[in-house]
Formats: sequence, C-alpha cells, structure tokens
Amino acid sequence: MNSLLERIIRLRWWILVFLAIIAFTIFAGDFRQDPTTAILAATLRHSTPLVLGALCGMLCERSGVINIGIEGQMLMSAFVGFTVTAATSSLYLGVAAGLACGMLMGAALGGLTVSLQGDQIIAGTVLNIFALGLTSFLYTPGETIHSKTPRINVGPLADIPVIGKIFFANQPITYVSLLLVAVIWYSLFKTTWGLRTRAIGEHPSAAETVGVSVAKMRYLNLIIGGGIAGLAGAYLSLEAVGSFERGMTNGKGFVALAVMIFGRWNPVGAWGAALLFGYTNAIQTQFQFRGWLTGHPQFIGMIPFIVTIVVLAGFVGRARPPAAIGQPYTRE
Amino acid sequence: MNNQQAPLALEAVGICKSFGPLVANDEVNLQVEKGQIHALLGENGAGKSTLVNILFGLYKADEGEVRVAGEKVEMNSPHDAIEHKIGMVHQHFQLVPVLTVTENIVLGDEPTKKGGVLDFEKAAQEVEALGKRYGLEVDPRAVVEDLPIGYQQRVEILRSLYRQADVLILDEPTAVLTPQETDHLLEVLRSLTAEGVSIIFITHKLREVLAIADKVTVMRRGEVVGATDPKETNEEGLAEMMVGRSVVLRIAKSEATPGNTVLSIKELNVLDDRNQSALKDFSLDVKEGEIFGIAGVEGNGQRELVEAITGLRPLVSGSILMGEKEMSGCSAREISEEGISHIPENREKHGLVGPHSVADNLVLNRYFHSPFAARGIRQTAAINEEASHLVEKFDVRTASIHNPARTLSGGNKQKVIAARELSHDSSLLLAAQPTRGIDVGSIEFIHQQLVNARDAGVAVLLVSAELDEILSLSDRVGVIYQGKLVAVAPTDEFTRIQIGQLMTSGNS
Repeated sequence: MNSLLERIIRLRWWILVFLAIIAFTIFAGDFRQDPTTAILAATLRHSTPLVLGALCGMLCERSGVINIGIEGQMLMSAFVGFTVTAATSSLYLGVAAGLACGMLMGAALGGLTVSLQGDQIIAGTVLNIFALGLTSFLYTPGETIHSKTPRINVGPLADIPVIGKIFFANQPITYVSLLLVAVIWYSLFKTTWGLRTRAIGEHPSAAETVGVSVAKMRYLNLIIGGGIAGLAGAYLSLEAVGSFERGMTNGKGFVALAVMIFGRWNPVGAWGAALLFGYTNAIQTQFQFRGWLTGHPQFIGMIPFIVTIVVLAGFVGRARPPAAIGQPYTRE
Repeated sequence: MNNQQAPLALEAVGICKSFGPLVANDEVNLQVEKGQIHALLGENGAGKSTLVNILFGLYKADEGEVRVAGEKVEMNSPHDAIEHKIGMVHQHFQLVPVLTVTENIVLGDEPTKKGGVLDFEKAAQEVEALGKRYGLEVDPRAVVEDLPIGYQQRVEILRSLYRQADVLILDEPTAVLTPQETDHLLEVLRSLTAEGVSIIFITHKLREVLAIADKVTVMRRGEVVGATDPKETNEEGLAEMMVGRSVVLRIAKSEATPGNTVLSIKELNVLDDRNQSALKDFSLDVKEGEIFGIAGVEGNGQRELVEAITGLRPLVSGSILMGEKEMSGCSAREISEEGISHIPENREKHGLVGPHSVADNLVLNRYFHSPFAARGIRQTAAINEEASHLVEKFDVRTASIHNPARTLSGGNKQKVIAARELSHDSSLLLAAQPTRGIDVGSIEFIHQQLVNARDAGVAVLLVSAELDEILSLSDRVGVIYQGKLVAVAPTDEFTRIQIGQLMTSGNS
C-alpha cells in the first residue's frame, strides 16, 4: 500500500499532465462523447507510423547502428506496398510487399554500415535520397486502389463506450503496432536475443569476446527494424490515405527518431511519446472543427510543437543513448 | 623436451604475426603445463598481448599453430577459444557497463526458459554460487559500471569460470589493483591451480612473478628470450632478460638539499565526485629540491588533492600557496603558467589528446606561446623542431612525431607526458601514479627524470599507490588515509610495515 502511494507521489506530475490532457480533450470535444472519442481515436491513428518508426530506430540503435534512413525506408515501402496493391488488387500482398521492401532497405543499410563499415549517418542519408528520388521517378499519378485496409471490430470489446471505439475498432496495422510495442519490450529486456542486442550496442568487443557475432546480430536487427519501418510505410499508403503521393512520409521518419529518443530507447516510453505527438495532431484537427483560432491558422500549426517542447523539456530527464552507436565495429 | 613434464594444457608453436612492417611475434613458442601458473614477462610492446590475443582467437597468426592438450586446433574467433575451454581476463575489461553482473557473465551462453527467454534467477544463483566457491564474491544484481575496478575484474574472472575454463589468461591483471586486492587475486589464482586450472599471467611486475609463478617465459621485441623457473633467478636477473641490459631497479640518488617552501597547502577541504568530503583540513608543505611522496591506498583523497592543486576541482575552503601567491580560485591555465607541471594519473584521459599527433601533444602546455604560436597562428616548424628534440631526448619510441599519440605503447605515452611537463619551466612537479602500468625500462627512465628534476631544484610531489616507488624515490613521506595526512616524516624513519599499517588503518 505504502509503495503504491510512493509510486503515485513519484509519478505525480505525469498523472497531473495526463488528467489535464483528458480534461482538455473533453473540453475540446464540447463535453460530448462522440467528438471526445474521435479525438482519442485519431490520437492512436496518428501515433501508429511514429511508434513503428521509433521501434525500427530502437532496434537499430540498441544494436549500435544509427538509422536516420527510417524516412526513406517508410517512403519506399509505402510506394511498393501501394503499387503492388494497385497491380494485384490485394491488400495482403501490398502490406507483405511493403514489409519485404522495408527488410530489404534494412539489409541495404546493414551492407553499407556493417559489411562496408561506412559512416552510418551518410548511409542513412543515402537511403533517404534514394527512396525520395526513385519513388518520385516511378510514381504514376492517377493510380488507385479500391479500398483501404478494413476496420476490424474486436467482437463485443468494440461495443464498450469510448474505450471500445478507441482501442478495439481499428485497422489491422494499428493493432499490429500495439502488439509490437509489447513484444519488442519483452524481447529486448527478457530474452537472450535482447540481452545480446543491448550488449552489442553498448560494448561490441565485449560481446564478441564471449562469442556473440556482432555483424550477424546487427544485420538481424537492421532487417527486423526495416520490416517494422516497412509496416509504417504500408500504414501510410494502404491504411491511412489509400493512395501514394510524392514524399508522403513528410518527415515522419525523423519525428519517429525524436519519439525514440524521448522514449529513452524503450518501446513503452516510445509509445507514450508517439501518443503525445499523435494527440497534438488530433487536437489540431479538432480546433479546426470547432472554429477555434481559425483566424490565425499559424497558431493552430504551432500547437504540436509547443506541447512537445513544454512537456518534453519539463518531464523527460536526461537520456543516455547506447554507448557504441555510430561506430563501425572491426575486430582487429 | 623431456618426459618429466606435466601434461601440457596449452602450447604455442612457432607463432609469427606482423602488423604491417611491425613484427609483433617472431617464432614464438610457449608451453603451459596443466595446473601451473605461467608468467609471461616483457616490456610494453614486447608482443605479450599479441601472443595471448592469438591464443584467444582475437588475432589470427600468420604462421605457427596453437595446441590444446597436445592437439592442434584452429583459433579463428574467441568462440573457438571458449569451445576449447580457454578464458581470458582482458587488460581493458570487456564488460558492458550498463548491464548487471549476471548479464555480463552469462552473455553469449545464457540459461534460458522456453523460447529464448532468459532465466535471470537461475543465472544469478549460478553466479553467486560460483563467486562463493572461488572467493570472488560479487553482487549478481549490481550494475557493472557501479562497481569498483577490483570487483569488475572479479566479474571478468567469473565469466571465464562460468564457461568452465581450463586455461585462464590474465592480461596484466594487477595493473589496476591496490596491493591488498593484488594479494587476494594471487591467492585466488593459487586456489584455481589446485583445481587443475592452468593460468597464463601477463605482467611486468617482477615481484609478482617471483611470488606466484611456477614458470616464466620472457619476451622482448616479439621474441622469446628465455623460459626459466623463477626459483632459479631474482628480480635483477629477470629485469635484465626483459630489457636486454642490466637495469637499475632502485635509482641511486644523493642526499636531498631542500630549500624554500614552494607549495604550501593549508586546511584544505575538498569534495569528491559524489559530493562527499574527500580531503579534511589537509595541510602540506613541499620544498624545492625534495621529493615528497604521498603514500596511500587509492581512493583516500589523492586524486582530489592533485585535482585541487592543479585547479581542476573547486575548493570548499583552505588555501594553496605557490611561493607567496594564493592559487585557489585560479584557472588551470593560470596555475600551469605559474609553474606547476602535472603528470596526471590517467594518462589516456587527462594526459594526452589521443587522436592528435605526438608533436602536438608534446607542446600541449605551451602551444599558445612563442615560438610555437605567433599572433594566434601555429608555427609548425618550431613545434616539429621541439618535438623531434624531445622525442630524442626522452627516447620516445614512435615511427614519426606526426603519428597519433594514442598509437603509442603505455610507456611511450608516459614518456611523452614526462617530456612535455619536464620541459615546461616549472617550480613544482606533480606526479600522480607516474609509472602505473608501464614497463621496467620506462619506469627506470621516469624515476631518473623525477630525481633529475629534484636535483635541479624543482619541488616534486609524488602520489603513488606503489609503496616501493614511494620508498625508493621520496625524501619525505606523508601517508594519506581517509582524506587526512596521518603521518609525515623523512623516508628512512619509516619501515615498510609501518607505512603499510598507516595506509590501511590510519595509525601504526
């Protein structure tokens, strides 16, 4: 009992912020259930590509490779997923193609940084430029798909008021992203794979001297991470928008990196940070609905940044990145 | 070879290894008998580390073979070495600082539950049991970076024992230990051999070789120059084998002729990094032309004392006088300019700028002065000339003065620092652990330089955890214990035992 109280006291500022956000949301939703629920549901939707991107970045950085190519991985996968669906009319094939494309992009990053020992920042930049250039070049305007990924209601859970609409009436990739947060948290901190991943990101030669192959583990993580970024790309073109546009990632890959850092390289933390970013996006839309500040659209545009700065500067302490990120590893 | 030998646990035959033009190992042979402690002795750069890195699969030999229990084996990676039950305790610990003791020990060979889930409880219990059994107790749940160095070393040893190593290679294990920790380690190693473990013990401390080794192989410049039984030799004999000439282990020095007080510290109070009191009303005088040695177990305020004098750590109260001038509150640059030379304890971190050239490091305390700079422009020719001169005078072994300083061996790094600090026109020389981890030849050289500085009228404040160093160099000795100077007297008024007691208990 005492420890519960202590926890509450320790987390008092977080709890206050959370309550303030809820209160403000209800206010912005005009004290009616439907708009309030809509804001929260939109929050989750907006956070999906960010949390997926952050998980990708996390797997890479936890194993010692900075991945600033998430943007490019997402964009390329969004394009490939959309194109495959447009050609085959199959959403499944489209999502699978997006996933595979992300994994290939991850393997490419591995080739540049692990095998060729290239500079990781440059390698990531190469992926970004490559993806932007190639997708713009191959993009054919006017191509369409018949539908987006369908909304799936989770049985009776979807009928729970508010909660049901937010969590149990989503599209498939959003569900997958929630699942991945839990799975990756557990894997990173409770499995041998996670232990080895964290070890090679902190002190690769220590891992190597006990027989863990740094190169193999880095490739594995980059490819899995790339796949997750690929899912984020497929989310954008097949689940959120239903079409492909030039440069449609619009910086989400970089925001995902920020989300990862704000979440302190922890999947659950990153999820929280992604929700915050998602919330500011959702509340922006609600402001436009209510006609608030519409005379000064620049103020609405500022909301996400102000909230982010205030909350993160005030509440997130110093985070320590994995010690070995950015350094190519050679044995001799 | 003869037949009376015990079976060989590990054998290196005709090992050759080059790094570019540098021949690190040339036809090296090593035979380690089962259940013995085999010392590998040699100066820095003699090729000891290269040899054991080959035995552990970290480097691949150009020629020659490694035999385990008489059988030739391929050593392509540490994984192979571990398979053959060879374990290694590295000089620079190969531990992940943010992970726990248990996680570090089991990494790569983890006990698991279903589906690759780490069984942390089981692992922690095994680690605890292992520690108890070998007298290497350490909290399995502690995070490694929070542990003192001596305990981190225990983790390294336990990691090899966890993998049931039959052969344990220790690369300069005592370089980082206090005398007490060293004694304990030697005891542990003895008990390991009783269980049939063979040990390769790399060191350049002759006393340890004589104390513990069953056999010693001496290397010099990449070659084995001899293998002998330590019982049949003595410190001088080993030193001569190692360096290739006779070495003066104890510097001959004349009687000191102390003059005026150069450094006067009064009632100094300083905090350590954790904001705990490190020095308590600490007072000390050092006179010109004397070496004042501060003896003490590490962590009793020596580091904070040196940092306070050099302006790297703020004072809580007290005063530091250089001659008549009050130095407290002055910046490190002002203090250095006032005539304090500083050989820092951590040469890699505070003594050198590793990626910069040897030449730049040699003028690090003067680069902004004429003739090394004119109107803010560096004068390369003058810097290079001075650097070449110092490299020659101080016998720094480097291929070029333009090579990065980090590529030098430990002894040569220390020579660079000594060259820089002693060519600085100063009245006080602060030498903190000046010979830690460097070879006998370099130690002799550095010691001679300290005595020369003294004879030239410099006040020398020597801080060292090596009691032998304190006793052989100092004119006066002060013993520091828990931030206080508990005894000060001319060196010959102390016995070795007395100082040892003062160091560990504060009174004799």
